[in-house]
Amino acid sequence: MTDPSIALNIEGVSKRFGGLVAVNNISFALPANKVLGLIGPNGSGKTTMINLISGALKPSGGTIHLHGETISERPAAEIATLGLARTFQIVRMLPGMTVLENVQAGGVFGHRRRWGTELRDHSRALLAKVGLQGVEDTVVSALTYIDQKRVELARALASDPKVLLLDEWLAGLNPTELRTGIALIEQLRTEGRTILIVEHVMDAIRSLCDSCVVMSSGIKIAEGTPREVLSDVEVIRAYLGDADA
Amino acid sequence: MSSVEAGQDAKPSTVTQIIRDLREAAVLTGAERRGLTAAAVVTAAWACLPFISDGYLLSLGISITIFAGLATSWTLFSGPTNYISLATAAFFGIGMYIVAGGVNLLPYPVLILIAAIAGGLFAALIGLATLRIAGVYFVIFSLGLAELVRQVVSWGQHVMGTSSGLYVLIDRSDSAFFWQLLVLTIVVYLVSWWIGRSRLGFALRIIGNDEVVAVHCGINTARAKVVLFVISSTFAAIAGALVAPRWSYVEPTLAFSPFLSFQVVIMSLLGGVHRLWGPLLGVIPFTILWEFISAKFPSQTTLLLGVAFLLIVYFIPHGVIGLIEDLMKRRGGLLNSLRAMLKKDGGK
Repeated sequence: MTDPSIALNIEGVSKRFGGLVAVNNISFALPANKVLGLIGPNGSGKTTMINLISGALKPSGGTIHLHGETISERPAAEIATLGLARTFQIVRMLPGMTVLENVQAGGVFGHRRRWGTELRDHSRALLAKVGLQGVEDTVVSALTYIDQKRVELARALASDPKVLLLDEWLAGLNPTELRTGIALIEQLRTEGRTILIVEHVMDAIRSLCDSCVVMSSGIKIAEGTPREVLSDVEVIRAYLGDADA
Repeated sequence: MSSVEAGQDAKPSTVTQIIRDLREAAVLTGAERRGLTAAAVVTAAWACLPFISDGYLLSLGISITIFAGLATSWTLFSGPTNYISLATAAFFGIGMYIVAGGVNLLPYPVLILIAAIAGGLFAALIGLATLRIAGVYFVIFSLGLAELVRQVVSWGQHVMGTSSGLYVLIDRSDSAFFWQLLVLTIVVYLVSWWIGRSRLGFALRIIGNDEVVAVHCGINTARAKVVLFVISSTFAAIAGALVAPRWSYVEPTLAFSPFLSFQVVIMSLLGGVHRLWGPLLGVIPFTILWEFISAKFPSQTTLLLGVAFLLIVYFIPHGVIGLIEDLMKRRGGLLNSLRAMLKKDGGK
């Protein structure tokens, strides 16, 4: 049974590394055209969760569905072609390629495939959308960190993904850049894109997310609107310890 | 042709999309058209070599043509992926042995075809098993592969009770050899050029840059690598099949010589692996130098090959083509700064 309004459905997913249970029986659903925040203290298993969804890791148990399609057993490349795109916690550029080629890389083999002039025009338009113009032919190493992040975002968008995973996309930005970054994601949100964000920046969580899932030590400890979960005693304890709760 | 299959394999797209692709690929920019014209003129001039000389120069020309083909097809796979393969000799030797073993049974053109198919199939098998390992492990594996095949062939010959070598007696003039090899090299260039413009070529460049990104962009990296490895190795096998009659006597130590694999790698690196015509800039000077070295110091060739390898990797890691591009960039920079200075002076 599949609910068409659910873009991404995670059911009882676990991941064990030897004796360590990094993700323990997590379930949540990301409705289409919504932004869901996955938050939690360092080491709580958020990035592992992203890696499980995108296929970089195979779950030890549980299933993941993308618009009704089971993706938990598939290789990452296949998941990408089914309509899932991601960015990386530490920005990953293709260093030997130009800015435009970096974006084009995302649009040739993924969910929606383009090539030739269509690909070039589409990639240029995406670069303009993320606020990068006139640098199409420069090498990516010449870009600042936030501009590299913009390139990565444009690359993830290049295949018109059904679901976008942003793994700490705002991390490492200075306060000015952060405002720009939040505005950019806000823009994607108003376009009606379906986004799962892992984030530490609470301002971003409050202003961007329709709902939140909080993880701690691999377990889901809370779920709800950002307002609800951020005032949850359990969540505050996970972040700050007992004395402040 | 293997290249066409490979292309379709790498892009499971509709017929209309393929037609649109081909149409797009047929649209050449002015620079590309000029480059193609220049290449055609140079190739035509090179093809006339047998009319000028039939002795030493022609034999040097044959060597250059073989290595241009081998180095360019090596670069086709190893250039974008950074997988340094020392297995050229394995496939070259297979091609050679198929001709040597079947010369009295089947017509020569059929043997060339069989060599191509056998080389391709063997490469597919090897590729599927090993292209998941990367870096130095792959280098060592590929070197061991050629050695393994050599030992197996030696053992096979021993079991069958034949002598250590086989004779390949096909009557061919040097000019005919030269033209055959030239045709192969031209095909290698055309296929490489076409792949460089295709999605498959783009996929390989992405893989070479960052395999994790490649996977998450939706690229079936294993398939792309195997397809390219097969194409590249098929060419090496065909080259072996074409060269066999010229050697007339084939034995395992010669056919599967690691020397050949190293030569191909060194020439490609010397020229530069990031441009289609890069390896050629390594092949020409190195082949000429090698003729000189093997004439003057016949017993120190291995030592000198090693020294050459070290010097090239240390001093010109980006190859001759890298040097040229640096020089052009620097000159461009110089011109720009001159221009800026003049402007400043004019403004005063």
